[in-house]
Formats: sequence, C-alpha cells, structure tokens
Amino acid sequence: MTDIQQYLEKLRAGDKLALSRVLTHVENNTPEGIFALETLFPQTGRAHMIGITGSPGTGKSTLVNSLAMHLRKKPESPRIAIIAVDPSSPYSGGALLGDRVRMRDLHGDRGIFIRSMASRGALGGLSHRTAALAQVLDAAGFEIILIETVGAGQSEVEIASLAHTVIVVEAPGMGDEIQAIKAGILEIANILVVNKADRPGVENSTRALRAMLQMAHPGDYMPMARKHLFNALESPTTAPEQSQETEIWMPPVVQTIATEGNGLDELMQAIEDHLAYLKRGQGWAMRDKENLALEMEGLIREHLTQRWLAQMPEARLEEVMLALQQRKISPHQALEKLLTYN
Amino acid sequence: MPDKKIRVLIAKPGLDGHDRGAKVIARVLRDAGMEVIYTGLRQTPEMIAEAALQEDVDVVGLSILSGAHNALIPQIIEKLRQNGQDDVMVFAGGIIPKTDIPALLSAGVKAVYGPGTSTQKVCEDIQAAFAS
Repeated sequence: MTDIQQYLEKLRAGDKLALSRVLTHVENNTPEGIFALETLFPQTGRAHMIGITGSPGTGKSTLVNSLAMHLRKKPESPRIAIIAVDPSSPYSGGALLGDRVRMRDLHGDRGIFIRSMASRGALGGLSHRTAALAQVLDAAGFEIILIETVGAGQSEVEIASLAHTVIVVEAPGMGDEIQAIKAGILEIANILVVNKADRPGVENSTRALRAMLQMAHPGDYMPMARKHLFNALESPTTAPEQSQETEIWMPPVVQTIATEGNGLDELMQAIEDHLAYLKRGQGWAMRDKENLALEMEGLIREHLTQRWLAQMPEARLEEVMLALQQRKISPHQALEKLLTYN
Repeated sequence: MPDKKIRVLIAKPGLDGHDRGAKVIARVLRDAGMEVIYTGLRQTPEMIAEAALQEDVDVVGLSILSGAHNALIPQIIEKLRQNGQDDVMVFAGGIIPKTDIPALLSAGVKAVYGPGTSTQKVCEDIQAAFAS
C-alpha cells in the first residue's frame, strides 16, 4: 500500500507515470486500486465527460483526435483525457487496441493523456471499469474527458449512464428512416454527427436523422427514466416532468469531415451549448445522481453475487445444475433450491 | 476480484512502411490473452515512449525493417528509463543482422526475433517473464 500512497501524492502533482500506474491498479480492481478510488473520490465530479459512440468505421477515433486538437485551442486550453475502449476477444480474453493509430496528431501535447482500454467481457460498449478510470482522470484535474466506446451497434447504450454529453457518430449510408426510429443508440444522443460529410448520401442521412428528431425529441429525459434499484427512493416531485418550465434539449445534427477538421467549430459550439443547458437546469446534477445510482447498483450486484457464491458449497451447486440439465427441475425451481439453502 | 492482463505496446519506429510482421505479432499476442496496443507506422522514439507511459505497458515490441535499429532502439530504451519505466521488457523484430544483436542486447533489449521465429516462442517468452 505504500507504493500506491506515493503514486497518489505524485498524481496530484501531475506525474504521468504515477497517474498511469494508478489507472492500471483501478482497471485491474486490485486492493490498491480500490484504496485509490476511495482516496480520490472527493475530488471527482468536476470534469465534463463527453461520450463518443457509433458504429464501427464511422470515424469515432478520428473525430476524437480532431475534437481534442480543437478543444485545446480554446483560450482556456482545457486539459483533456481520452479513454478509448476496444473489444476483448470472447475466446482468449486478449484485445487489440488500435484507437491510438488515429490519434497521432495529439502526440507531444502535455495537456492530453490517452489511455486505451479493453472491454473485458462487458457488453454495453464500455468496460466495467471505465467509470472508475474516468473518476481517476477527473480527480487528476482533467477538465474534459472524452470517452470513445467500442464500435457500437444498436443497443450499446452504457455510455449514457457515464457521460454528461453523448455524441452519436453516423456516416452516410446508415440506413433509412426506419433505422433512425428504432429504439436504442440514437435515443441517447445529445448531439448527432454525420461524419465523412464529403461522401455521397450525406444529405439523406442528415434528413433521416432530422426527421427522427421531429417525430419526438428524446433529448434529456431518457437517461433519467432509466430503471435502476434506487427508483423506489425517488420522491414524486423530482420525477422528470414535461412541464412548461422544463426546457427541452433538441439534439443538433452536425456534419463533419473529421480528417480535415470541417464542422469541428460547429461541433464544439454544440458541446458548449449542451453543457450550458445542463448547468442552467437540473441536468448536470440529475445525471450525476443517476450515474452514481447505476454505479452503486453494479457494485451491489457484483458483491452480493460474490458473497453468495462464497458461502455456497460447490457440491450443492453441481447437484442442482445436474438436476437442471436432466430437466428434473426448471431454472426457477433451481433458483429456489439454491436460495433456500443454508 | 483482481483481474490482471499483460499489456503490450507494438510499435513501428522509423520510416519503413512494412507492418505485416507487427500486425502478425499483435494478433498472436491478442490470441494468447494479452491486451495489445498498436500505434501504427512511422513512430518517433518520443511517440513510442509517450504511448508506453500513458498505457502503462509491461512489454514494448519494436518492429523495424529500415536498418535504423542501431540508432532508434537505444534511444527508445533511454526514453523509457527517463520516464521511470525501467521494468518494461523490450523486444525487437524485423530485419536485424546477427552482428548487430549483441549491441542491442547490451542496450537493454531482452530478445531479437528475426524472420522464421515461431510466434509461439514470442508468446512463451513473454508469458514466462510475467509468470509470477
């Protein structure tokens, strides 16, 4: 534990190696990592977390590269951390993390820190430890944290419970309007980007997305309506209401050519507008509350399962599993047998 | 529950554009259960050391076919040390004449894998180094 205390002191002084080592401990969920999170938690909650998600090959990494360069040129030149998640192999558990290939322009800028991360079996587009890594980077003083998800299909929406602002990246040829009104990833967008805007079909894609938004604007109530264990605690007055005083965020559709930096000024403006919108109303605080509730839910599930498994004799588990496979009992009856065991 | 993976940076220093070998090694290490960060072509020693630092890797694999290994590899090792990453295992591959290997080894390279090396051997050497 003495090592980790030294790392934490150096991390506060801006030491990159210390930060990197702490991130590894947190990602690997070691006792030192848990100690680091406990120590750093009071300093979290300040960074603007921006999620970038979308299908594979739409240009997320290139957009992150371009966006980070533009953000650094702002007068206050915010320090930027990037977490880039790529999938782990379901067979070997290994991963090929290739997002840095598209981020080479960011090299040499001491105000930028890039960390690649494997999803390690998680299915929501992030790793189970992404939120924890973001907390460390937040406490280390990065004002903006860009989180790039794995190439997401339709239902990888975990980023909505981590980021304050979610950017969904599409490319021309994404499909028709029916694709655009399906539930899932488009619902979580606070900003929609049609990247590769020099390709044919860009107007069709933009029109389909705008049409989708005109039918109904998912805006900001979706993440608040997410179901979690703590919904029961909500007092009725804090439930999101579409009252007349509630300002509704209409997600803008921005066209970009990330490789050339086209449209990046508009995208930065949209991000600033969304941040201002969150801070004007209850958005920032409510998202923070929701995100912490979801994180707690994950922790509770993980630990209750582990604790329960630890006190369950293997022989008993095997016996019940065998009866299940032989169709002597149903899964619900098996559950009953296991839960009533003591 | 702690969950540790071996993290490897595969990098191409110098100006040659031949990355087939680097990609093969990256893929093989991935299939051996490691997390492999690939950074692309034409990396300077500074870029490689910066990526190794931010990613907190255990291993750096350098693939070089341009003939500049005697100049570039010691620079990279020096920069890793300056950053406090003394414990990182460095290996090299590509077109490296046998007569150059002793100097690279004494500069801190753990192994040089030339053409014809079995990919299995590369995996085993890395796994053996982190067996504890």
